[in-house]
Amino acid sequence: MAKKKKNAEEVSFTPTGTGIRTNGEIIRSTELPDPTDKNHDDLGLSDDDVVDMFEQMYLQRRFEERAMQMYQKGKFGGFLHLYMGQEAISTGTTYALNADDDIITAYRDHGWGLVRGVSPKEGMAELYGKVTGCSKGKGGSMHFANVDEHFWGGYGIVGGHIPLGGGIAFANKYKQNGRVTACFLGDGAVPQGALHETLNMSQNWGLPCIYAVENNGYAMGTAVHRHSTGEIVDRADGFDMKKMVINGMDVLTVYEKMKEIAEDVRENSEPWFVEIRTYRYRGHSMSDPMKYRSKEELEEYEKLDPVERIKNYLLDEDIIDDDKVEEIKDSVEDTVMEAIDFAEESDFPEKEALYDHMFAEDDYPFHT
Amino acid sequence: MAELQFREAIRAAIDEEMGQDEDIFVMGEEVAEYDGAYKVTEGLLDKYGSKRMIDTPISELGFAGIGVGAAMNGLRPIVEFMTFNFAVLAADQIINHASKVRYMTGGQVEIPIVFRGPNASAGQLSATHSVSYDAMYAHFPGLKVIYTSEPADAKGLLKSAIRDDNPVLFMESEQMYGLKGEVPEEDDFTIPIGKAKVKREGSDVTVVAHGKMYHVATQAAEQLAKEDVDVEIIDPRTVKPLDMETIVKSIRKTNRCVIVDEAHPFGGLAAEVGYLIQREAFDYLDAPVQRVTLPDTNAPFAKNLFDEWLPSPDQVIDAVNTVTYRK
Ligand SMILES: Cc1ncc(C[n+]2csc(CCOP(=O)(O)OP(=O)(O)O)c2C)c(N)n1
Repeated sequence: MAKKKKNAEEVSFTPTGTGIRTNGEIIRSTELPDPTDKNHDDLGLSDDDVVDMFEQMYLQRRFEERAMQMYQKGKFGGFLHLYMGQEAISTGTTYALNADDDIITAYRDHGWGLVRGVSPKEGMAELYGKVTGCSKGKGGSMHFANVDEHFWGGYGIVGGHIPLGGGIAFANKYKQNGRVTACFLGDGAVPQGALHETLNMSQNWGLPCIYAVENNGYAMGTAVHRHSTGEIVDRADGFDMKKMVINGMDVLTVYEKMKEIAEDVRENSEPWFVEIRTYRYRGHSMSDPMKYRSKEELEEYEKLDPVERIKNYLLDEDIIDDDKVEEIKDSVEDTVMEAIDFAEESDFPEKEALYDHMFAEDDYPFHT
Repeated sequence: MAELQFREAIRAAIDEEMGQDEDIFVMGEEVAEYDGAYKVTEGLLDKYGSKRMIDTPISELGFAGIGVGAAMNGLRPIVEFMTFNFAVLAADQIINHASKVRYMTGGQVEIPIVFRGPNASAGQLSATHSVSYDAMYAHFPGLKVIYTSEPADAKGLLKSAIRDDNPVLFMESEQMYGLKGEVPEEDDFTIPIGKAKVKREGSDVTVVAHGKMYHVATQAAEQLAKEDVDVEIIDPRTVKPLDMETIVKSIRKTNRCVIVDEAHPFGGLAAEVGYLIQREAFDYLDAPVQRVTLPDTNAPFAKNLFDEWLPSPDQVIDAVNTVTYRK
């Protein structure tokens, strides 16, 4: 919570706290709820499933580490917002949902794309702006999409996609196809009017949608409690909406809870508002020097690393051994390097592509 | 004179004005503790404290409107948008409220507010982050719109905007923040809103270009000079009110005109200026007015397409060749 200023006479409009000016004092930007104590058997997951989850999460991590290197080498431009630290959320959710359930998210979307059927090659090529990219080089880092696999893409205007998530759920209810929509947003999108307007209609109309906040502690340089009052999850109360707070550093927990919630949504056609607490390891984007948080805070969360955690789980439960871990890592590394080669060798879009994908008509008369 | 970056010139204007008027405050995303997303407001929190340097949540509509309300009630807000691309969320407060309250209350209320931030595209940020909004706001009565191109103009015009008793939209370009130029240091240095500037004298053709496009036009003019084409460049600086007098005067001299605009062709500033020229200088024209704009498409991400999409010096040269019947 914001601390009161000592000098009562001094007027101030911004709560202090976590941030550049806390003189090194560590105030955790998010508190994590307990992870599940169930093991994968209890959750109905096979050994292979969990190995697969690890592989998926490691792929997301490695893809981004390499993408970051390529960006630093100047191989491509634009924004690059890295998802590192949050992989348990994309992965746990994807395993919890059916393949034809719908997902939509904000611009920090690489992990979501990769786990939802954007191949590493198409993903890397999109970062490079190549015609072979998942969005044909038109979208870049912020606009991965794979609509065939019900991944509706990443969106660049904070909060702007939340009503779209509601609309996708609206269409599913309309068509009575039993699909659940998961609409992911950052904590920074919570103060936007779009969320409140959408939640209100969603509850009133019984839209089958999960609105899930990936609370990673910061909206750009602003710690959560400096941009929002109260607990984020409590925003649900004003709409009489079902709600939950989830530990987002543990993939099994995300899987368990999102599965429960999705089943409830499917059964009752009622929305949920969920806050998944997590942490982002890198700056907001590549240009962010991260002065607003301490090294110590970052290190605390790195101890909870979701990729390490699932790996250690696999080792502790004797599901795989160290050799197998290395084997998985090597194969992921190969995949990522092949993706980079593919991206580099692919062509840029043709000049005429400027006019492609604007309208449904092939012969639309563009204005000059 | 001091050699300042664009961002420093803007900061100097804000700093000097805040220093002499307690009612001025700055509000926006990351303007205070983070020192500004593009470091325009760096150091101002330390100097003016969190009463006058205010970080907001990502709530464009809300904080723009709070700014308007505060202005109605006697303060002089400077509202920073991280870019005008996101400020469309606040368009209701700007277009439906800031521009109309004075009129609807029969002049009872003044709204001395400045909305500022980068406009149009930066490098490869794709479609939602690459839109030009100056002409859109200029469409609505009750708003003044400035899109500057050089540090000195930025300082002088921003100071005027802050002192202005009307809502002013002050637009910058993210890609120009590092650009350097000579900037007068006097506290009373201002540039009047609504005055274009002849930035390069020439006799063969008038090129009208503002914002980032001024630099594209300059590059073209330098190239054309080597081919003995003498280009005059007018930077309108203020989109609204628009100084047609300076533009028309130039066209009477050169008899030819090319307008370069970082916006789409339909209904943009180039369309407006083109119309006004034919109304006011028809008899002086030796060729139809040409314009160079973005295509009628959204911004692509891919580098090659993005470069193709933005107006280029080559396109300006082509347009000059057309109006001079050279090639
Ligand atoms: C409407 C709007 N305002 C501002 C921005 C600039 N911006 C991009 S991301 C961001 C922070 C968002 O934080 P959060 O929603 O918590 O997502 P995270 O980066 O943590 O994933 C800001 C301010 C934007 N893209 N859209």
